[in-house]
Order: sequence, then structure tokens, then C-alpha cells
Amino acid sequence: MTDSGDNGKMSGRRRFLLVTTSIAGAVAGVGVATPFIRSMMPSERAKAAGAPIEVDISKLEPGMLLTAEWRGKPVWVLKRTSEMLDDLKKLNDQLADPDSERDQQPSYAQNPERSIKPEILVVLGVCTHLGCSPVYRKEIAPADLGADWLGGFFCPCHGSKFDLAGRVYKNVPAPSNLVVPPYTYLSDNRLLVGSDSKESA
Amino acid sequence: MNKQQNSMMEWIDKRFPLTATWKAHLSEYYAPKNFNFWYYFGSLALLVLVNQLLTGIFLTMNYKPDAGMAFASVEYIMRDVDFGWLIRYMHSTGASMFFVVVYLHMFRGMMYGSYRKPRELLWLIGMAIFFVLMSLAFTGYILPWGQMSYWGAQVIVSMFGAIPLIGDTLSNWILGDFMLSDAALNRFFAYHVVTLPVLIVVLVFVHIIALHETGSNNPDGIEIKANKDPQTGIPVDGIPFHPYYTVKDIFGVVGFLIIFCGIIFFAPEMGGYFLEDNNFIPANPLHTPDHIAPVWYFTPYYSMLRAVTVNFLGVDAKLWGVILMAAAVVIFCFLPWLDRSPVKSIRYKGPYFKIALTLFVISFFVLGWLGTKTPTPLYTLLAQIFTVIYFAFFLLMPWYSKIDKTKPEPMNVTK
Ligand code: HEM
Ligand code: FES
Repeated sequence: MTDSGDNGKMSGRRRFLLVTTSIAGAVAGVGVATPFIRSMMPSERAKAAGAPIEVDISKLEPGMLLTAEWRGKPVWVLKRTSEMLDDLKKLNDQLADPDSERDQQPSYAQNPERSIKPEILVVLGVCTHLGCSPVYRKEIAPADLGADWLGGFFCPCHGSKFDLAGRVYKNVPAPSNLVVPPYTYLSDNRLLVGSDSKESA
Repeated sequence: MNKQQNSMMEWIDKRFPLTATWKAHLSEYYAPKNFNFWYYFGSLALLVLVNQLLTGIFLTMNYKPDAGMAFASVEYIMRDVDFGWLIRYMHSTGASMFFVVVYLHMFRGMMYGSYRKPRELLWLIGMAIFFVLMSLAFTGYILPWGQMSYWGAQVIVSMFGAIPLIGDTLSNWILGDFMLSDAALNRFFAYHVVTLPVLIVVLVFVHIIALHETGSNNPDGIEIKANKDPQTGIPVDGIPFHPYYTVKDIFGVVGFLIIFCGIIFFAPEMGGYFLEDNNFIPANPLHTPDHIAPVWYFTPYYSMLRAVTVNFLGVDAKLWGVILMAAAVVIFCFLPWLDRSPVKSIRYKGPYFKIALTLFVISFFVLGWLGTKTPTPLYTLLAQIFTVIYFAFFLLMPWYSKIDKTKPEPMNVTK
């Protein structure tokens, strides 16, 4: 630099001014960017949405799956048959987290069936890989899923597999079991999904 | 030129370097005289860019970026707007052709070593263009708000959710909501029609400036500037861009337009590869189509994403898949430093490079094909094998390009 003092060195005063203006400029830059970046976070309206929903399961037959919508996502309610419940136990060594040790469910669903009542499974139908909605494949040993398939959920996006308790298989792209949302029974046939206290209904 | 025109030009030149710019970049810009077929794709990319900008403006006049109206507004363009179908097909076909042209353009660079010194920066600017192009394609595909739009966006945005610690906040910030919804569609529209087009236009401009600084490479991979006529200072192997290459490029444009129109008029959906069948169904957040695959130009990377099915080094397969996919694109940036061959062009490189490049092209196609299929254990295994080959091309390059048996480069360009 030619204009920075006698022998090419910056004077202390010039250096001080350069450093302080750069810092002030950087602070101002962050300050100006903040409102823009914040404006892109979910708005107050988006935050207010998402109240719990009620699901009527009186017409649910054994083996049947019902899809409800909560916060724009599919919630599945599956009534499992007793054979389906028996089959769950046979799978443990093929699963990544058979005992539901990862925090993917409320404590009241951290049991072998991953549910409050053993036969009724309530899970978010959202693949824990990249968010597709898996397909309910209840048939035993279909051609495309192999001879040891005992029924479960297959994700069409990248091939992740889950059993009928939403537990993920080993060696698939999805890392964890399907999420069990907070829920509770308002009566024998009425579920509240999205909250586990009856009062907030 | 007559007198009046002359004084007019003088008047302008005193205020803006018009004549000087014309000379520097066209009539006295010397390009190697041995350009071949592969040198069409730069100017064709420019043509497609103009096509996208023009048709895009007219689509914007009738499109509605609202989750409740978007799908119907696209159908409206297709059915009720005069020539709306033509404008939409020009835009959607243009998007696919953009990738065809850019992939071939990049392949040319790989064959002739165009990424090597002194064109490293030119190559990196090209890569920046490629990233913006991918973002443009992604945001554009969301706009019709069909089933593929929705689930494609869901998968891509969820990738950011895979980043440890900040993932969730980041994906909420990207979506402007806790799930993929109207908020995201609205902002992706803003990116697609304003942010990214402005960026790509600026980058293309910078790309050409950088190109004209170093001068083009050529199929022989030798520097024509190293051999100048001592009298004129003009490269012996150079010819003025205008009129020689302007005319050559017009020939390329005509050929390209014939293919382009053929697709628009006879196969605008290209059997589901350019416009996917499931995208003619409105978005349904509760149901993923049974078969989902991205548009063809993303399928090689998509295959790699799902090829990773095991956790290792304490990181789960999901994050590895995302990392691998990103790495597969970014790794092109390192080519200038991975290639240690004493020669640039494939014409003088040895068998190792030729085999490696062939295997790379094969793996790119196989991965692309696998990406359109529903995964089965066999397909997943194939995807894993070809992912390894894909990366080996890059990662082993410092080694095989160095020990390869090359031929001597000529002094002058050949035919
Ligand atoms: C919008 C997209 C693009 C446009 C409009 C564009 C335009 C051009 C043009 C007009 C040329 C000169 C003609 C030619 O050599 O074919 C060129 C050269 C070049 N481009 Fe691009 N380009 C684009 C994307 C890319 C990408 C993605 C890359 C690679 C990462 C790239 C790398 C290069 C290189 C290395 C050259 C010099 C090639 C040589 O001299 O052999 N470009 N580009
Ligand atoms: S989203 Fe389900 S496997 Fe990827």
C-alpha cells in the first residue's frame, strides 16, 4: 500500500481506525441481517396452529389402519390383531431399536407394543429418514419385501422398513423408530392426539 | 461505415467503450481454431438460460404461489391461457435441456482438462453456476404443488433436518412453518423467480469474463497463447470469435432447436422423465405416492443418498447419505487439484485416465437409472458399488493420473 504511511507500514492510528470501522461495519451488518433472517422463522400464526385433534376409533376393525391429520402430518391409528402382536416379538434381532430406547415416544408408550392399549397403535406416519409417509403393508411375505416380512410399513422413498409397532429395521436409511405423538383416551373409542392431558381437549 | 455512423460511434465510445468491448470480446477475441462438437454447449447453455428467463416471466403472469391455488393455476395456464401450454412446455423442457447441456459442457471440461491451470477459477465459477442451477430446478419443481413437488420438497428439506443440533431449527427456518406448507411454497417462489435468476445471470457474466481472461482451452489441451505471431501478437492457432465461432454456434443453435421443438411438440413429458406422472395429482400431505423419484437429472445423487444403509463412526446412515450426496456434487470443485497428469487433454492422456473416465460415465448413468427405480436389495447393492466407483474416479485421480503413460503434446493444435 502506498498511502499507508512512510515505509509501507500502517501507522497505529490508521490501523486503529481500520479495525474499529471494520468491527462496527460487521456489527451493523449482523444487525441489519437479523430482521430479515428472523422474518423467515415460523410466524405467530403458524405457531398458534396445531391444536390437538380427536379421533373416533369405534369403526376400526382389527388389521385396519386409519389416517388422521394433525399439524399437517398423517397420524396413523392401527388396530392390531393378536397374531400381529405375537409377531412383534419374533423380530427383535432384525430391528435397530427393539426396546424403544431412543426418545421417539412418550414414556407411556415405551413398551413392547409402543402403545397405551396393546392392540391400538398410534404413530406419526412420517418416515424418520426424510419425511415421506410409508405405506402400510400388512400382507405376510409379499414378493417385493421378502419371505420373512411379517407385515409392517414400507417407505417408498428410499426403502426404509418398520414393523407393526413402528420400530425401524436394521440397515435401512431411516435411523429411528416412528414417532409416537402424545395422546390419550377420552373414552374407550375416542382418542385425543396431540396432547396427553384430557383437560386440554 | 458512413460518416454519420462513424461520428455516432465516436460519440458513444467517448461515453461507453462499445467498440472496444466489441473488439475485445468478439471481433478481436482469438479462440483456438480447433473447436469441435463439444464446444457448442457453452453457447447453448446461454440460449437455454435466455429461454428460461423469457418463458419464466410469462408463466409468472398467470401462476399463483398459493398452496390452495397453485395447482389449479398451472392447469389454467395449460388449458385456458392462449399458448399457455407452449410457454409452460418450453420452460419445463428447457429445465431438462439445461441439465443435458450443462452436463455435456462439464464432461467436455473433464475430457480436455479445461479445469486445469490457468482455468481453475473458471471451473469453480462454473460449479457455482451448477449449484444455483440445481437450486433453480428444485425450487421450480415445487411450484406446481403436485404430489412430486410436495414429496420431493419434503425429502430435500428434511435433509437439513439431519444436521445434528441445529437441524430442526434450520428446517423450520427454511420452511417458515413446522411442516411443508403454503409458507414454504411462497418463499420458494421468491427464490425461483428473483433470487436465483439474478444470481445465475451475474455468475454467467463472471464466467464469461473469466473465460476471456484465460482464453478457451481446446481439444488438444495446449495453450494457444504460448505460441504467438511475433509481428501481430496474435496466437498462431487463434481465429477471431466473430465471425468464425458466431457462425459455428448458430449452426449448433439450429440443431439444438430442432431437437428442442421435437420434444416440446411430440414428447413434452418425455415418458414421465421431464414431467412426472405423479405431479399431475395435487399435493396430498397425508399420502406419499407409491413410487417416488426425482426428475432424471437428480437421480444419480438420489441413488447415492439411499445407498447408505449402515451407521458408522457413530454417525447414522441418514446423515451419511446426505453427506455423501453433497460430496458427490462438491467433489467436482477439487478436480483442478486432483489431476496430476503432465498433459491436459484426453487425446494425450494414457489408458488409466481413459478407463477411469469411462467407468465414471458408466457409474453416472447406472446410478441415474437406479434412481428412477424402487429400491430392492439388489438395486441397493448396485447403487453401493457404483457409488464407490464414482468416488474412486476422483479420489484415486492424484495417483492414476500421475503414473499414467501419456503421449507428448503437439506444439500446434491438430484437427
Ligand atoms: C448457465 C450455465 C453455463 C453457461 C451459460 C456457460 C457458458 C459458457 C460459455 C459460453 C463458454 C465458452 C464456450 C464453450 O467453451 O463451450 C464456457 C466455457 C467454460 N465453462 Fe461454462 N457455462 C455454464 C456452466 C458451466 C459449468 C456448470 C461448468 C463446470 C463446473 C462450466 C465450466 C466451463 C469451463 C471450464 C469452460 C472453458 C472450457 C474450455 O475452454 O475448454 N461452465 N461456458
Ligand atoms: S423418507 Fe422414508 S426412506 Fe427416506
